[in-house]
Amino acid sequence: MAITMTERAADHVRSYIEKRGKGIGLRLAVRTTGCSGMAYVLEFADEVAANDSVFEHHDIKVVVDQKSLVYLDGTELDFAKEGLNEGFQFNNPNVKDECGCGESFNI
Amino acid sequence: MALLQISEPGQSQAPHQRRLAVGIDLGTTNSLVASVISGSASVLKDENGEWTIPSVVHYTESSSPVIGAVAQEQAASDPHNTIRSAKRLMGKGVSDVESSWLFDHYNFDLDSGSLPAFKTAAGNKTAIDVSAAVLSALRSTAEQTLGGDLVGAVITVPAYFDDAQRQATKDAAALSGIHVLRLLNEPTAAAVAYGLDSGTDGVVAIYDLGGGTFDISLLKMQRGVFEVLATAGNTELGGDDIDNVVAEWLLKKAKVDAPSDPGAGRLLLRLARSLKEQLSNASTVAYSEKIHDVQYDGSLSIEEFNALVEPMIKKTLAPCRQVLRDAGVSKDDVQAVVMVGGSTRVPMVREKIGEFFNQPVLTDIDPDQVVAIGAAIQADVLAGNKPDSDLLLLDVIPLSLGLETMGGLVEKIVPRNTTIPIARAQEFTTYKDGQTAMALHVVQGERELVDDCRSLARFELRDIPARTAGACRIQVLFQVDADGLLTVSALEKESGVVASIDVKPSYGLSDGEIEAMLRASMEHASDDVHKRALAEQKVEGARVVEAITSALQSDGDQHLSDSERVAVDGLVDALKLTLEQDNTDAIKQAIEKLEHGSSAFVERRMNASVKQLMAGQELEDLERTLVTSNDVTENNS
Repeated sequence: MAITMTERAADHVRSYIEKRGKGIGLRLAVRTTGCSGMAYVLEFADEVAANDSVFEHHDIKVVVDQKSLVYLDGTELDFAKEGLNEGFQFNNPNVKDECGCGESFNI
Repeated sequence: MALLQISEPGQSQAPHQRRLAVGIDLGTTNSLVASVISGSASVLKDENGEWTIPSVVHYTESSSPVIGAVAQEQAASDPHNTIRSAKRLMGKGVSDVESSWLFDHYNFDLDSGSLPAFKTAAGNKTAIDVSAAVLSALRSTAEQTLGGDLVGAVITVPAYFDDAQRQATKDAAALSGIHVLRLLNEPTAAAVAYGLDSGTDGVVAIYDLGGGTFDISLLKMQRGVFEVLATAGNTELGGDDIDNVVAEWLLKKAKVDAPSDPGAGRLLLRLARSLKEQLSNASTVAYSEKIHDVQYDGSLSIEEFNALVEPMIKKTLAPCRQVLRDAGVSKDDVQAVVMVGGSTRVPMVREKIGEFFNQPVLTDIDPDQVVAIGAAIQADVLAGNKPDSDLLLLDVIPLSLGLETMGGLVEKIVPRNTTIPIARAQEFTTYKDGQTAMALHVVQGERELVDDCRSLARFELRDIPARTAGACRIQVLFQVDADGLLTVSALEKESGVVASIDVKPSYGLSDGEIEAMLRASMEHASDDVHKRALAEQKVEGARVVEAITSALQSDGDQHLSDSERVAVDGLVDALKLTLEQDNTDAIKQAIEKLEHGSSAFVERRMNASVKQLMAGQELEDLERTLVTSNDVTENNS
């Protein structure tokens, strides 16, 4: 089981954490909500809980709880730009379909 | 695939519910928009990669207006349709326009209505219309960058903006489809950008030297609330003046007269500006440029440059001294000095102001962006994207505001800690039949009885149409504006008569006094509840007495036998007696007894009223009065 992150994404995370002034890394999770069943959670991580898995890429820790890892296994986190809009993107091989906007998905 | 941003732990929004909010610095010459993205505030670039757009709008007859740099390019060829500096006319009337320099540059329509308007190819445009166009451009940049609709924006305004100017700014936002979360004073926004709102309490100075204006503000920070202590400035002083003195120096060096051609003049100013900007990071700059047959060659050292700008910097020190004097604080009380505006990049400015305040000045955040960034941080908090623990910088009213009602009780209309600006309305009615005037007593405080609160103002609403008690509907509106100014107005809905008064609630109240008033309200809490219950019961009792007595007078003999009349009169007298004593329960019981004892009388009156529908008005009122007092009694028990 693994989660990866592109270097571009890692660079952005690093700079956001620096500006924020604290945080040990990034927390990825999945929660059941949204129009297509599940939604991604992308937050700063301030601590690692007992059952969390921690992956490290380009010196950035990615923290994922056990339950979410099932849905996120194999995901690559990327940073993308679409016109003026830029942000993080989950390339998740488990996804069967997602809603039009891609904010929520189904497995 | 939607692109996601990083949230604070536990603050992730559900899909489609991300609350996008921006901060907007709507400037006289330039405007910019910023937002908090993945936890840090940054200015948003438009599709041309520019993070600031000129506050210029070019109107044409056929197509929609163009905004920003493209509009500015039209300034030379189509000056009358290219509107700039509209901010200077926000909230201004016809007479203000006539005395403004803009009056000579544009064609105005001063007769069309209440607001002066620029005459353009696309019709009359007010300053609000022009600002709305600039705001629309910023909104479009923000929505493209953030990938969704905005829930709202914090828009900054100069601290000295009055109510009309602030309202005009809000109107412009509404026109552009932006929901204003809050207007924020520019100096306050700059302080927020530096996180001074979460620091220790104290006085902060904001030194803002822009392209054409200079402002100095002193802010007092206390428990997360900023108060503007004093502002001063010069509306005709800024970076443009630096460009002018450097351009003069260039002419002198080249031993030529000022070019008569405006195009050459502009190019010369551009050279001067470029030298100025380079000297922010260099000790000397060489130049060689040919402008309309005149060759400019040479070099400008930082020492020479400093000598040129020093007189200007000295001019800014007088307002600095003035705000200190106005606010009654000394230089040593100032805990931080924030630099705002592009002209504060000039090293000499930083140095001299640092010397003046005896401390290094804050320059870490780009002085052109700092106001927008502060506004963005505030917008993020207001939109609800921050953990609750984060201090929310808001102006709040320190003590509840209310109105005296019958029995010396306080009806709180605006509770304390309500964020301002706020408007709250409540309906009141008359207490006696035929009452034609109402005295309104505005009080401040947390206690239940008027005597224990602070009296702010008294005024009267006159010419209320004479009706039975409780039939008039009088709407009382409490409005507290962003500066804490309270306006109370009363409107009788049927006749439309109004009366109003302005008060400054915090005027003359020290923090110690506010604290003492709050403490007293805690200490006397249970005592106050009893006092309130008693006072309310007395008011109810008196009202029942009043209603029954007037009914008895009008047709008591008609509906009651002598013995019944004596019984009811006895109950009325018994109730009157209890009203003179301070026993809540006794009054309550006496009211119940009277209502019970007079039920036959009320019933007969009702039956009679059915028969004479035409004259039924008064009876219905009596019935309603009794029903109402029943309800109140139940609520109190």
